[in-house]
Amino acid sequence: MTLITRTGEKPEDYRRVDAVEDLRLDERAVLVPLAFASAALAARPAASVALSVPNDTPVEALQPYLAAAPLIAVEFPSFSDGRGLSLAKRLRRAGFAGTLRASGPLIADQFAEALACGFDEVELPETMANRQPVQQWMEAKDIVTSHYQSGYGEDRSILQKRLAARKG
Amino acid sequence: MYRYDEFDERFVRERVAQFRHQVERRLDGSLSDDEFKPLRLKNGLYLQLHAYMLRVAIPYGTLNARQLRQLAHIATRFDKGYAHFTTRQNLQYNWPKLKDVPEILDLLADVEMHCIQTSGNCIRNVTSDQFAGVAKDEVEDPRPTGELIRQWSSLHPEFAWLPRKFKIAVTGAEHDRAAIKVHDIGLRVLRHAETGEVGYEVIVGGGLGRTPMIGKVIRDFLPKGELLAYLEAVMRVYNAEGRRDNKYKARVKILVHETGPEEFIRRVEAEYAQLNGPTINAPEDEVERIAAYFAPPPYEALPEDSAILDAARRADPALDRFVEQNGFAHKQPGYVALTVSLKPIGGVPGDMSDAQMLAFADIAERWSFDELRVTHSQNLVLPHVRQDDVPAVFAALQAAGLATANAGLVTDIIACPGLDYCALATARSIPIAQGIARTFADEARQREIGPLPIKISGCINACGHHHVGAIGILGLEKAGVENYQITVGGDATENAALGERLGPGIDAEDVPGAIEAIVDVYLKERQSGEVFIETVRRAGLEPFKAGFQAFIASDEGARTLAAEPAQ
Repeated sequence: MTLITRTGEKPEDYRRVDAVEDLRLDERAVLVPLAFASAALAARPAASVALSVPNDTPVEALQPYLAAAPLIAVEFPSFSDGRGLSLAKRLRRAGFAGTLRASGPLIADQFAEALACGFDEVELPETMANRQPVQQWMEAKDIVTSHYQSGYGEDRSILQKRLAARKG
Repeated sequence: MYRYDEFDERFVRERVAQFRHQVERRLDGSLSDDEFKPLRLKNGLYLQLHAYMLRVAIPYGTLNARQLRQLAHIATRFDKGYAHFTTRQNLQYNWPKLKDVPEILDLLADVEMHCIQTSGNCIRNVTSDQFAGVAKDEVEDPRPTGELIRQWSSLHPEFAWLPRKFKIAVTGAEHDRAAIKVHDIGLRVLRHAETGEVGYEVIVGGGLGRTPMIGKVIRDFLPKGELLAYLEAVMRVYNAEGRRDNKYKARVKILVHETGPEEFIRRVEAEYAQLNGPTINAPEDEVERIAAYFAPPPYEALPEDSAILDAARRADPALDRFVEQNGFAHKQPGYVALTVSLKPIGGVPGDMSDAQMLAFADIAERWSFDELRVTHSQNLVLPHVRQDDVPAVFAALQAAGLATANAGLVTDIIACPGLDYCALATARSIPIAQGIARTFADEARQREIGPLPIKISGCINACGHHHVGAIGILGLEKAGVENYQITVGGDATENAALGERLGPGIDAEDVPGAIEAIVDVYLKERQSGEVFIETVRRAGLEPFKAGFQAFIASDEGARTLAAEPAQ
């Protein structure tokens, strides 16, 4: 897999654990399915337990973990399933301040959308990363430089920029 | 009308660059065909039966002469000298080459146009009343709302990968000419009964296609300034909860239907309650800035009626018929709006040649304040013509072959492209429309029959809106033969209703005869002053079923039954 952030590729800090018995194997922080969250938190400090969640998970189900989880990975079953974008938006609204990861076969053309909805990084399967190297992600995210929607991304929307320009 | 500022201009140019980048990455293998497909669709590029088709957005159906000339130029240079106006106020080119598409997009951007979101599972081009700003029954011009939604929905980061397509229509009038009850979201501008404040009635979950449904009112009154935040709430509920397991159950109408309107409203309101409205809604200044572009043109102060036009109508029966049939009362004294039919007898509904576009651009520029409209019934409108000028306009329209006086009549037929172009179609639509139009070609007969919207779809996806045709025709394929189901009683207006089937499907060559039989029932049953749909509502379906069945049973229809396989 390849991890891509808005500034480029970065190394993985988490070990994906898919079986409860593997939770204690080493000191590296773990990324566990939501179903293992309680077991993992019983075995390790909360700051070392990241959660991987399906894109239809209700925010209420994640509420207990939002304050301490260092990272939440939202699973994208396919690039054309946009539910994860709304979940990201809702997680940010609920106060999640950790790292938000989009995990799955996204395409470079979606990078700007993912970032605007609150994601920090994309975890890409290797087959996808081979076809769409990091450089394409960097180019794709910067082609359209402004957006009309207020409340998305860190910069102001076109509507807000117009208003600011008029008030000069 | 709206003009791009530097932000809009840069945005559209960057969108063209983005598409070019996507085409290059498809060609070098970075994007698979499955990945490229939704990207090209979101830029209006379909792969049809014989070629690519490019759909150009005409937001809320408003154009100027310069834009129409550019559309003509593109038709000449990159297509076969014509283009096709659609049932969603858009324009389609049927024969562009993939390699030319980025250049076509550049040419469109030169005249403040684009193909953004004219297809794909995203918020589509917003549609509106073709008589916006003209009609007397209007609370407020709906186009500023349309423009705000155009901007807000363009490349929306969160709502670009919806379960299915999403269509929004806006009207500002009492009489609904924008079919808002059969859209995913329909908005009606209204005044609050007590406070007089302007806001919207919000209707969600209408739609045609395989499972036609009339939309449900989910908000009686939404204050105008809260529009974008409320739309965000509706879209988020749909994006998160709309079905993705079956594309035929993925539209918001199915979510509203399966959860029930009350529960759907509860979810939307719960989401809305958590939003921080002021951080999402358009600043009031910005709403006013947009609205200012839609200020009325500089009308002259004129008397209500024109002696020049009255005299000309008395002298020329053809002009008189044209004004009577295609004229629409204007709120400004001394002016009239004229529907320009793209339905000449035997023509292809909605098609327009490059030469006609150029001629029509001149007419709109000279006599209608440089403005024209596209209707959802695939016609055009000259929105602001001085009544004194109508004789000259009529002569110019006649010279361009654009003076067919059939607006709203039995020959003003809506038809999807059907099997002549479309990869999804199961039957032809265009030849059926042509056959009916030829059958009823006689002008006196058309007038005698009066308003009768016929709508034809060439498959169950219902692009020809057959469910809401007073007479609807649905073309299917049955044992390798095209077969047409006839419905009666559909209505796309504020009295929205879905048509009901009269009986078994029939062969293509029997359709004009069947329509004649249905029309004969109407002529026999109607009471004074009733138009077709009113007679259907009052008399019910039974007499029409009986007339249709009698037609089938007659010698003329016998072939149909013989050709039907035993059930």
